Amino acid sequence: METTYQARPELESSGQPAERKNIGSLERILSVALGAVALLEGIRRGGLPGVVGSLGGSALLYRGASGHCGIYERLGINRCHGNRASLLSRDGIEVFETITINRSPEEVYRYWKDFQNLPKFMKHLSRVDVREDGITHWVVTGPAGKTIEWNARIIAELPNELIAWETLPGGDVESKGSVRFEAAPGGRGTILKVLFMIRPPYGKLGLLAARLFRKAPEEQLKEDLRRLRQLLEAGEVATAER
Amino acid sequence: MKAITWQGRHHVEVSEVEAPSIVNDRDIVVEITSTAICGSDLHLYDGFIPTMQKGDILGHEFMGRVVEKGKAVHNLEVGDRVVVPFNIACGKCYFCEQTLTSLCDNSNPNAVVAEKVYGQSGSGLFGYSHMFGGYAGGQAEYVRVPFADVGPLKVPDDLEDEQVLFLSDILPTGYMAAENCQIREGDIVAVWGCGPVGQFAIKSALLLGAKHVIAIDRIPDRLQLAATDERVTALHSDKTDIQEALLELTGGRGPDSCIDAVGMEAHGTSLGALYDQAKTAAYLATDRPHVLRQAIQACRKGGTLSIPGVYGGFVDKLPLGAAFSKGLTFRMGQTHVHRYMGKLLDLIREEKIDPRFIITHRASLADGPALYETFRTKTDHCLKVIMHP
Repeated sequence: METTYQARPELESSGQPAERKNIGSLERILSVALGAVALLEGIRRGGLPGVVGSLGGSALLYRGASGHCGIYERLGINRCHGNRASLLSRDGIEVFETITINRSPEEVYRYWKDFQNLPKFMKHLSRVDVREDGITHWVVTGPAGKTIEWNARIIAELPNELIAWETLPGGDVESKGSVRFEAAPGGRGTILKVLFMIRPPYGKLGLLAARLFRKAPEEQLKEDLRRLRQLLEAGEVATAER
Repeated sequence: MKAITWQGRHHVEVSEVEAPSIVNDRDIVVEITSTAICGSDLHLYDGFIPTMQKGDILGHEFMGRVVEKGKAVHNLEVGDRVVVPFNIACGKCYFCEQTLTSLCDNSNPNAVVAEKVYGQSGSGLFGYSHMFGGYAGGQAEYVRVPFADVGPLKVPDDLEDEQVLFLSDILPTGYMAAENCQIREGDIVAVWGCGPVGQFAIKSALLLGAKHVIAIDRIPDRLQLAATDERVTALHSDKTDIQEALLELTGGRGPDSCIDAVGMEAHGTSLGALYDQAKTAAYLATDRPHVLRQAIQACRKGGTLSIPGVYGGFVDKLPLGAAFSKGLTFRMGQTHVHRYMGKLLDLIREEKIDPRFIITHRASLADGPALYETFRTKTDHCLKVIMHP
């Protein structure tokens, strides 16, 4: 039983012990690469060394592909922590950020619940349309000026505490997540916690490229939340423009 | 408009640039009547502060008249005369509400950069690199001042510019340094560094009840100026064993509190891209490690070390063991200017302090580049430079 703090407990992968990932992304890539080479070499050589090579290669391949290593598990090694965005994870990318805002949870919740406010602090969000049936339509301007659109619905709501949503099928993006509003201790206002999972629109390789050339999703979210705090506390977004 | 712009190491120019205008509702635009060069501007001039870009307008000690105001500014009118704090504070965040305005949560649009280096970001600053917001500074004819309902202090016309200009930075800095010493009646305070901040720290320590101030520097002019008050003893750091002298002057106890008004001369290269610069974090090594070290060594047991001098990065060989053994308190940080301006204006009005004594050079903006060099080399008895655009 883990006693040390782990961020993002809600999106930890559950499932059978044998399926639980305990290898980091880079190692998995290496495992797959080495495994493939060993397997092909093993097949080419034949004979006893060939068999050994093939078996070893297959094991490495499997381990890399699945993300689970039996030996690591025996040894209690888990190298899957700390991947802020696990590219090869089945569930897509997990994003979590938190910020403390010097306003009451009621005020912060009210501002967020009015989705028309979101484009004011979410840099890439161009537009949110709220339809009568509660479905919302989102338009984001992605890298290279492409627009990404999807519909979403609220799946859980606790006034002044929680808004949870998921995207509907057919959109450019698959996502689900939540915003939590907690009263901060000592009269410090509200602790905002934003947590979501997103499967990116261009596939994993596209996301890798996007990540290399622009800010990671968490950093983008952090900037957005900073602007939210500026709007709610100071009434305007700070700028050095003249 | 004309402005002094950074162009590289030891290279500033007077440039013709676009004048500012109102961007946000809480802004004002100020027509600058007086502006000064700060000791910390020299770090920019020497190329030691990362995230500077050619063309950046310098200057964070300035005052003038309001010429334009945003819709949400009701405490000031066009034509009002104001002194502006060097840090930009929103007035509404957790830190501002406690008058810890140099720690404002909301005024640095590039907070992510400072956060990478320091863990969290403090307030934005005028004219002090993109890590601190990239705001245009006040060594210019005009400047845009954000959050004008919180920052600028209105000053009466019967006090001239030179009497109140230093409320923008160095007078509150010296005062806060002395206040941080938690001076009790009868205390002896040692001040390393007799530049403008040190001079004000000495005066403030006396105002706050110190019995005796010991001023330490290498430059005879500055020591002489500090020692004009009979309650101040000057020590020349190259000619004196400081530790020995301090013990002798304090009955063997050591000073009750020590002020480091020297800070750290930053060494390091200027880095390229804005975001990456902060991530790799320039290694800033102290030029004079012996100041902090001396202060720790000399301070009496249970005493206080007050650090107004700017430090940017990492220090080698800090005798933390000595500090621990003696149970020292360290107090430091960028000045919460807003907290002290009003009180200090009153002290000026009551003639308890006259800040003009540190001014040695007066010029126009056009002379700025030459005076940066004079100030840096401390030639011509230079202590403080004021410019009138």
